[in-house]
Amino acid sequence: MLGSAVIVFRETLEAALIVAIVMGASRGVAARGRWIAGGVALGIAGALIVAAFAGAISQAVQGRGQELFNATVLLVAVAMLAWHNVWMSSHARKHVEEMRHLGHDVSVGAKPLSAMLAVTALAVLREGAETVLFLYGLIATGGTAGLVFGGILGLIGGTAVGMLLYLGLLRVPLRHFFTVTGVIVLLLAAGLASSAAGYLVQAGLLPTLIDQVWDTSGILSAGSLVGRMLHVLIGYNDRPTGIELLFYVVTLVTILALMRLFGARATRNARAQAAKQGAPA
Amino acid sequence: MNARNWLLTLAVTAPIGALAQTSEFTLTIKKHRFVPSELTVPAGKRLRLVIDNQDPTPEEFESHSLRVEKVIPGRSKGALSVGPLKPGAYEFVGEFHESTAKGTLHAK
Repeated sequence: MLGSAVIVFRETLEAALIVAIVMGASRGVAARGRWIAGGVALGIAGALIVAAFAGAISQAVQGRGQELFNATVLLVAVAMLAWHNVWMSSHARKHVEEMRHLGHDVSVGAKPLSAMLAVTALAVLREGAETVLFLYGLIATGGTAGLVFGGILGLIGGTAVGMLLYLGLLRVPLRHFFTVTGVIVLLLAAGLASSAAGYLVQAGLLPTLIDQVWDTSGILSAGSLVGRMLHVLIGYNDRPTGIELLFYVVTLVTILALMRLFGARATRNARAQAAKQGAPA
Repeated sequence: MNARNWLLTLAVTAPIGALAQTSEFTLTIKKHRFVPSELTVPAGKRLRLVIDNQDPTPEEFESHSLRVEKVIPGRSKGALSVGPLKPGAYEFVGEFHESTAKGTLHAK
């Protein structure tokens, strides 16, 4: 029972942490609950489909299908997170002001919400497919009620850690809130990009460049609970290859540059508008 | 593979075909155990590992030290690229049956 609890916990944890970050990043947005719940539902449906076709996906593209699929899912999520952060860099200030003045959630339109729905769905899809395959194996071999119960326990445990992260995020004062979630989303995106590079190396499609840039597995193993959490949150890797590090840094710098660019443009526009109306900026 | 070695190998082996330099090794999964559970492979080379899962249930081949993670559906094979490895021992597990499915890759 403990074995199945641990495995389901691990897979759920990764998805739950990402959902918690998405919940935080979309704080104050009207109807975001419905969008995120929709993302989870879509992700579960997708996971069932992916699990059903796991064999076909694995054999596709000369046996590289699974790696290409994972890398694609990760890179799409990176693009969505990047887009969210860039959008927030030009809207965050107005967003917080409106939340303060209105005292209730604000409507931001469907576009930023659909990006968050996609990130949620992709996270649940990737981790969910593995969970479904594992549970299927258990049931197919006549898994006992204890094993299934363990799985449910793992699911609850993983979700609980995600909720703790979200509740922790909510304690950050509103003034700094979107700066904090912005940094977390940025690091999450960089980490996912680096994981995508890892899959492409595994598929034999990318060289490692440097086989092992550092080895901190003695200090903090990527297999430990803290290591796994940090892997999701900031992309922690105890033995990164050169290409993984390269993907991390390039993603980080690119998103930051775009945020600066669009953030500065928004500030300029706001000033111009204020000057036109004759009001102090 | 580092860039210099890669260019060197390419220069040497290009006429023969770049794929010829990858050595292939097979690990079989039977009754949630790896056969063989200890495998010696050459260090400093890019390797292709084929996992032949003969069980009816899926297995996730996972190794933190090799930095790989791949689901192998029941009664099917999956291949993955690893290395080049420094000499040493690299542990791997079948994550779905971790108590029995484990083994070590020795790079020499």
